[in-house]
Amino acid sequence: MISQIFILSSKGDHLIYKDFRGEESKDSISVFYEMVTALSGDQPPVVMSHKGLHFIHVRQGGLYWVASTKTNPSPFTIIEFLNRLAALTKDYCGSLSEKSVRMNFALIYELLDEMVVNVLSFYFYCHTKQISLKSTQLYVFYLCVSDHQDFGYIQTTSTDILKNFIQTEAVSSKPFSLFDLSNVGLFGAETQQSKVAPSVAASRPIMSSRGEQGGKNEIFVDVIERLSVVIGSKGVLMKADIQGEIRIKCFLPTCSEMRIGLNEELSIGKSQLKGYSSAVRVDECRFHQAVKLDEFDTFRILKVCPSQGEQTVMQYQLCDELPCAPPFQLFPSVEKDYVNRVLIFLKLRCDLPPKSTALNVSITVPVPKGSTSMSQELSSPDQTAELQPKNKALLWEIPRFPGGAQLSALFKVDVPGLSSASLLEVGPVSMSFELPKQTCTGLQIRFLRLSPTQTGLSQRWVRYVTHSDSYTIRI
Amino acid sequence: MPYLGSEEVVKELRRALSNPNVQADRLRYKNYITKVIRYMTQGLDVSALFMDMVKASATVDIVQKKLVYLYMCTYASDKPDLALLAINTLRKDCADPNPMVRGLALRNMCNFRMPGMTEYIEQPIVAGLRDKASYVRRVAVLGCAKMHSLQPNTEIDGTIVNELYALLRDPDPVVVVNCLRALEEILKDEGGVVINKPIAHHLLNRMKDLDSWAQSEVLTFLLRYRPRSDDELFDILSLLDAFLLSSHAHVAVATLRLFLHLASAHPTVQADALLRTSAPLLATCGAASRELRFAGLCHVQQVMRSQPGLFGTHYKRFFCGYSEPSYIKFRKMEILVELVNDENVALVLEELRSYCTDVSPELAQAAIAAIGRIARTYSEKCLDILTGLLGLKQDHITSAVIQTFRDLVWFCPQSTAAVCQTVGACVDSPQDSEGKQALLWLLGEHGDQISSAPYVMEGYIDGLKTELSSAVKMELLTAAVKMFLCRPAETQDMLGRLLHYCIEEESDVCVRDRALLYYRLLQRGVEETRKVVTGPKSDPSMSVLTGRQEEPISEWDSTFNTLGPLAGCDLCPQTAATSAADQPSCRAENELLPESTDVTLSSPDDAEEEISLSLGPPLSHETFEKMWLDLETLHRQTLGFPRPRAAPDTLQAALQLVKIQTLAFTPGDTVPWKAYIYTRSTETLILAELLQGDQQAPGSDESLVVSVKQQPVNQHAIRGFVSVLKSVLQTLNVDTL
Repeated sequence: MISQIFILSSKGDHLIYKDFRGEESKDSISVFYEMVTALSGDQPPVVMSHKGLHFIHVRQGGLYWVASTKTNPSPFTIIEFLNRLAALTKDYCGSLSEKSVRMNFALIYELLDEMVVNVLSFYFYCHTKQISLKSTQLYVFYLCVSDHQDFGYIQTTSTDILKNFIQTEAVSSKPFSLFDLSNVGLFGAETQQSKVAPSVAASRPIMSSRGEQGGKNEIFVDVIERLSVVIGSKGVLMKADIQGEIRIKCFLPTCSEMRIGLNEELSIGKSQLKGYSSAVRVDECRFHQAVKLDEFDTFRILKVCPSQGEQTVMQYQLCDELPCAPPFQLFPSVEKDYVNRVLIFLKLRCDLPPKSTALNVSITVPVPKGSTSMSQELSSPDQTAELQPKNKALLWEIPRFPGGAQLSALFKVDVPGLSSASLLEVGPVSMSFELPKQTCTGLQIRFLRLSPTQTGLSQRWVRYVTHSDSYTIRI
Repeated sequence: MPYLGSEEVVKELRRALSNPNVQADRLRYKNYITKVIRYMTQGLDVSALFMDMVKASATVDIVQKKLVYLYMCTYASDKPDLALLAINTLRKDCADPNPMVRGLALRNMCNFRMPGMTEYIEQPIVAGLRDKASYVRRVAVLGCAKMHSLQPNTEIDGTIVNELYALLRDPDPVVVVNCLRALEEILKDEGGVVINKPIAHHLLNRMKDLDSWAQSEVLTFLLRYRPRSDDELFDILSLLDAFLLSSHAHVAVATLRLFLHLASAHPTVQADALLRTSAPLLATCGAASRELRFAGLCHVQQVMRSQPGLFGTHYKRFFCGYSEPSYIKFRKMEILVELVNDENVALVLEELRSYCTDVSPELAQAAIAAIGRIARTYSEKCLDILTGLLGLKQDHITSAVIQTFRDLVWFCPQSTAAVCQTVGACVDSPQDSEGKQALLWLLGEHGDQISSAPYVMEGYIDGLKTELSSAVKMELLTAAVKMFLCRPAETQDMLGRLLHYCIEEESDVCVRDRALLYYRLLQRGVEETRKVVTGPKSDPSMSVLTGRQEEPISEWDSTFNTLGPLAGCDLCPQTAATSAADQPSCRAENELLPESTDVTLSSPDDAEEEISLSLGPPLSHETFEKMWLDLETLHRQTLGFPRPRAAPDTLQAALQLVKIQTLAFTPGDTVPWKAYIYTRSTETLILAELLQGDQQAPGSDESLVVSVKQQPVNQHAIRGFVSVLKSVLQTLNVDTL
């Protein structure tokens, strides 16, 4: 049973507060905030207790999403519930930020009201009968519209909150998105080879005003992989681990069955191999309970009736054996130049196919303690590098890194009182990047078919992206 | 209140809401209502508009109704008299042909937290329970619980309870789950909802229809049910089987908990369930949400308490990602230390080595301590790494390494020589007080093996005036005295200066007293001092300890999938208390025991049998077992009286009083009754078994039989031990008679 749910900004401002049982006062918000800010780095913040009241929270979009309870429930349930609440809020508001939550507070109250009935129950909005779904959507829609209409009036009352509100409007037309790849288009499935999905398309609210989105019946199927790799000092791959998921984001008002075809040669588990071509393999996979798998074993087809909003239909993972080379190889050399200077020469090779590109590559190299200044030689002007003395690290950023290319950089770091032992402090190098149009497992979506009864034009988009969860190279 | 013109705003809104022109234009009217709600959620007091808002609820527009209901619930407790007016409207809505309206009205009526509500809501709730629409039934079922919580001290209404039990058969799954929740609330004082066989099987068969949240909740309710027979048990388990691999972590974990609970008598079934759930658990450890990762890691740790090998092959999954927050990294390191084996030790150490230079000093120190833990088994490799780390000449790393060395020397004496060599060669010294204490301990304890020890110590004595921490000063005193005992010539002068300073100039009373103590001790002579000051340099019995023992699953399954593992044990005092009672020699208790002080105990009947027993550091179950199996019985004696009928903790406390530690014993009335105890006497370890009622052992029917094993052999000590034991048990017998 949840007593209260509240959402706080990172500065501790109350954004949303809902009391379900009336057993605790509103003071618990400030109690929570004091506790969470007083924690030192090594104390786990996820569950905290104060006089028999337990706070469980997650951080999403820079906000604290907190549930308080007096019972001892399953942590998995509460955490997933809060994550789900955040995801739903994102569905409705388009993006997740303090501003969007502030802007849509009434809507979130309503979501909460539908999601957590008093005397809490995890009664899920999406699972209620069609009738309640419709009317809530209508309400949400109404509030979205009314926000626009309130606009002028609120401006004149000139409260700070409402100022934020105005900015939100401006910002929300261009919200941050994982897929906001302004320079590279994301290509659709084979059926739509030439078309490029609008980069912000998937980050708009699922409910928008009738006029502007009238004809947009879109469905996005995203294959998202998170890569975590450790490469040893001699370039040996020590650990490789891929967590992947297929996520559907559906803007169709109603959707009957959809068939998603995966690679036919996809094999699951260590032993099983299918087909003649080089197999696409995952160690194990799990499906959303609504997915029908009767054609999965033979044809690798998933059948699902997506509801509006975002949902994960399949999760899979692959450990240790990467089907391709890891995307980046680093050839470092670290030398003591003269008295107080370290020379760090980094040569970075991107082993992606030549047509692909890695974006937002950033490389963090730990430097000896006490480093004061740095000079650098980079190979192109769009790259940047800076020394961050607080983190004892230098950060090298490359906005665009084409496959097959090789970039090098030379850093001269001044370290007063340099000893030979200081060189040991350089490393391990960690990288973060994203690889659009690329899956490391090779998992592809062959086709995406909506059932023939589907009325109206609908656009289908398939997108692939790989993120670096953790990419570490030892020196 | 930032809204200076609040009165103006309210006035204006009231004017607008009561304006017939506005009321006629629905869109404008609704707009003003939204505005009221917006002010309300921003904290402005708009309760003055209550009457106008109640009027606005009389509409066919559901959206408008919802907004007004939200308003009414917020202010009902502030304005009870006005709220009564609203109730009339709500009761009317409860009879609306639209089920949505009926449900909404009922839900909001139940949310009014004000006294005297019960008489108004009872009738609509009872009607709602029989409503055609499931949406209304769902609301009505929870309404029963809300009604109960409004007047918690009244008698439970039997008819409602019966009706709720009947609704467990409802075709709508959400109604079913809500019934469970409502019954649980209403019957809280009687121990919650009763899950009998028909209900349990009904719920199990409905599991597939429920959504994942309801599934995990029903699984928790099912923990209360005990199957009558093994056949039934396995039927249930096979029904639940599919849920072990649910893609929702919370369902998979809840199912696992139920499996462990139901199959507590079938360890193989438990092991199989753990094996199969290891995949979903590992997946949560790599989930995108860090909080979920953390929860997963905490539960993996719990599982590893019983099945340390389960995740052995997946050790790479517990390598830290560089962007992870440190609380996750700490957990991962703890797990990595447990997973080390001959094959992966090199890779794990290399990984841990890379964390030692982390930006966060806490993390770096934790990584060093983790290497130290592994060093107890794989000393050589770890010592190389630790020595290399000293070369970095960073204060926090040096300090952590020295502390690790101190612990290592204590646990495995064979590494002493290597450590001493390294410490001797180490040029810079730790700056924080923890590190200084560790270094001083090493210098004092092993001063004979570290050639530069007196010079290092002299540095500390010279800098005493600037030293702030009294703990460091005390450690320095002890270390200097110990060093004086093994290297008197080099130390005498500085010890004199140290004692002089501490007695004459030190302001801290503890330090001064300690100095005085040593001073007077030294006056008694060197031999006398040696006897008092020097103790064992390490604990050889700990070196046997290679891995952690495997605990039975029942130790932790009661806290599995609760907040306990995430927050530490303080969340569940009841379970902690019971498990401590079950297991007399609790690990934590043992660790808290004070360092042994020898006690000379002369038994009253025999003056010659005078021996001294001491507790010493606690033995682990595993070590005890190993030694028990290895050694031969040296002495067996029938004591001639039955076992004391005292409570287990009385027995334990009594034995503790004479410095005999109880390791384990069988509970109260089981036959044969056994107890395992141990103690230390002058340089020997005595292990003993007490036995009564075993058919195979002659003479044990009526009387206790004690079997003693010892290492190394010392017959004198055995005689002394037996006589002490005898007198304690006899005393206990007299007490209980």
